Amino acid sequence: MTVLDHRPTMPVPGWLPGATGPRTDPAPLLPDDSPVRVLGTTGLDKYDPDLLRELYRRLVVGRRYNQQATTLTKQGRLAVYPSSTGQEACEVAAAMVLQEQDWLFPSYRDTLAVVGRGVDPLQALTLLRGNAHTGYDPRATRTAPLCTPLATQAPHAVGLAHAARLRGESVVALAMLGDGGTSEGDFHEALNFAAVLNAPVVFLVQNNGYAISVPLTKQSAAPSLAHKAVGYGMPGRLVDGNDVVAVHEVLAEAMERARSGGGPTLVEALTYRLEAHTNADDATRYRQSEEVTAWQEHDPVLLMERQLKALGLLDEAAVSSASEQAEALAARMRAEFHAEPQLDPASLFAHVYAEPTTQLREQAEQLAAELAAEGDR
Amino acid sequence: MAQALNAALRDEMRADPTVHLLGEDVGQLGGVFRITDGLAAEFGADRCLDTPLAEAGILGTAIGMAMYGLRPVVEMQFDAFAYPAMEQLVSHVAKMRNRTAGKLALPITVRVPYGGGIGGVEHHSDSSEAYYAGTPGLHVVTPATVGDAYGLLRASIASDDPVIFLEPKRLYWSKAELDTAAEVAPVGRAVLRRTGRSAVLITYGPSLPVCLEAAEAAKAEGWDLAVLDLRSLVPFDDQTVCEVVRSVGRAVIVHESTGFGGVGAEIAARVTERCFHHLAAPVLRVTGFDIPYPPPMLEHHHLPGVDRILDAVAKLQWEE
Repeated sequence: MTVLDHRPTMPVPGWLPGATGPRTDPAPLLPDDSPVRVLGTTGLDKYDPDLLRELYRRLVVGRRYNQQATTLTKQGRLAVYPSSTGQEACEVAAAMVLQEQDWLFPSYRDTLAVVGRGVDPLQALTLLRGNAHTGYDPRATRTAPLCTPLATQAPHAVGLAHAARLRGESVVALAMLGDGGTSEGDFHEALNFAAVLNAPVVFLVQNNGYAISVPLTKQSAAPSLAHKAVGYGMPGRLVDGNDVVAVHEVLAEAMERARSGGGPTLVEALTYRLEAHTNADDATRYRQSEEVTAWQEHDPVLLMERQLKALGLLDEAAVSSASEQAEALAARMRAEFHAEPQLDPASLFAHVYAEPTTQLREQAEQLAAELAAEGDR
Repeated sequence: MAQALNAALRDEMRADPTVHLLGEDVGQLGGVFRITDGLAAEFGADRCLDTPLAEAGILGTAIGMAMYGLRPVVEMQFDAFAYPAMEQLVSHVAKMRNRTAGKLALPITVRVPYGGGIGGVEHHSDSSEAYYAGTPGLHVVTPATVGDAYGLLRASIASDDPVIFLEPKRLYWSKAELDTAAEVAPVGRAVLRRTGRSAVLITYGPSLPVCLEAAEAAKAEGWDLAVLDLRSLVPFDDQTVCEVVRSVGRAVIVHESTGFGGVGAEIAARVTERCFHHLAAPVLRVTGFDIPYPPPMLEHHHLPGVDRILDAVAKLQWEE
């Protein structure tokens, strides 16, 4: 007689008390064996050439934005800039798949996606410049503040999407995360809540290979980050994160699925951070130049430009037009950031509570008196 | 008190369709303390939502709901179970208004059953108010009477700022007539529960009945003690506290949480800074010991009781 012979029969049919149907078959939830690619395939045929050119234009302008912001950190005009150079395809596609009423929940590296939502490119940088936390009105463009703690914005996306669905409104929330963020508890709680609530949310993980210096192999032992979706009961998708058309396609499918009541999706985009974590980081301490060079060959801007030119969809006029727009934006960033910002110290106390407490009023008066005394000197 | 809290939730949900409850066990079960009893039946599972067991997820989800115009009320089942949600609370709930220059306020009420005295095993009896009170952007409120339980909870839910609503567990079973139409002092106002000329006991939440009992017992010693119920730790009512201390001249602060770095230390400092020349004696504190909350069979040694309060009062240098 074996021990197993004594295993009691489950008193309730099915796999869980209260379950009415069979357990979800995990097979349809699993990601493809290899990342979805569209560039270089016949899949590109169904795309509107104008959309392709717009994606290209945004890549070019986004790359220049990243370069200029990085330069501004070297000049001390920005406190810090976590560049998304090399990841522009994810940033551009994320903003493009959102409809006006949808909400974006970006992480600190997603300034480009925020700009793609219509936030002024300079206002998007106030946090990183150091003159305000969030320089834009989140409601105006339905874009949450850039989130510095890892993955904590993911449950916000779930709650917002859930609330919108309760109100019968067609709103999808897109939460953007990095590979390091998938190790945080909030990431897992957000996925679980999203699946249980069937919330219209899409989670986009930009797997750029490193969480500051820690490579993915030390971050997760899962076959892929997309595989993590299966345990929560949602589909996981794996996409080439440097193929802007593929990211657009996979995200658009996930958004449509969420919008039509199909629930959340986890999308893992395989990409690469061509620069250091931020300007304060020395990437040569933890990765080989050969690795970087190999990814430079897979640059999202170059991939798109070569493909469109090969198909005859991009002429010199379009290339130089995109380049001019990029240079104009860079010039505006330089001009704006060389001017000293006008900051109001009284704003320190303005938005702690709806009504300042007695203690805050007293401290505001103290600061005002200090400033007045400085002015007298 | 439990029924008063339940009535406050019901009345607020009836008055405002954007009020949504969420938490572990708040639906079918009605909460482990039955504070949400019957609300899922009346308002449906969407407005009284049984969530997965994950406090950061619960509060994080509530943040998103608040961003979309709802007024979430979150139940943290026990004081020490709220700690996984501290990052959401400190980094987002408390700061969202400030981070967005007033564009995104989060009208979230977080209900936290707190404190000891009910024989709970470890992790079920913490007094966590100092963590919350030390976080700018949060209001921290704690009722000690049945009327305040009702009135303060309704005011907290109606507030456009996030409120940590600390429910003294051992007062859940306290009884008094509830007049839902009675006027309740607003959040941020301390209330003098008992006047007296000898000294004032400054307290809140679960320690209020202990202080009232001590004041009664003190009459035998010839002491006439006032008892001031703070009701709200943030905003803090400097004005009332200082008025009472100045008029009485002697003060003892009583709370059951640990003393070191606690709310009592803040109050003692404020009172000393503002009322020094009116004080006939140092401001004293009677608090729990600076230890992790003890096992239930020893908790009576930790919790400030009548004797310890009277001992402190006796130290107040009575010679004029």
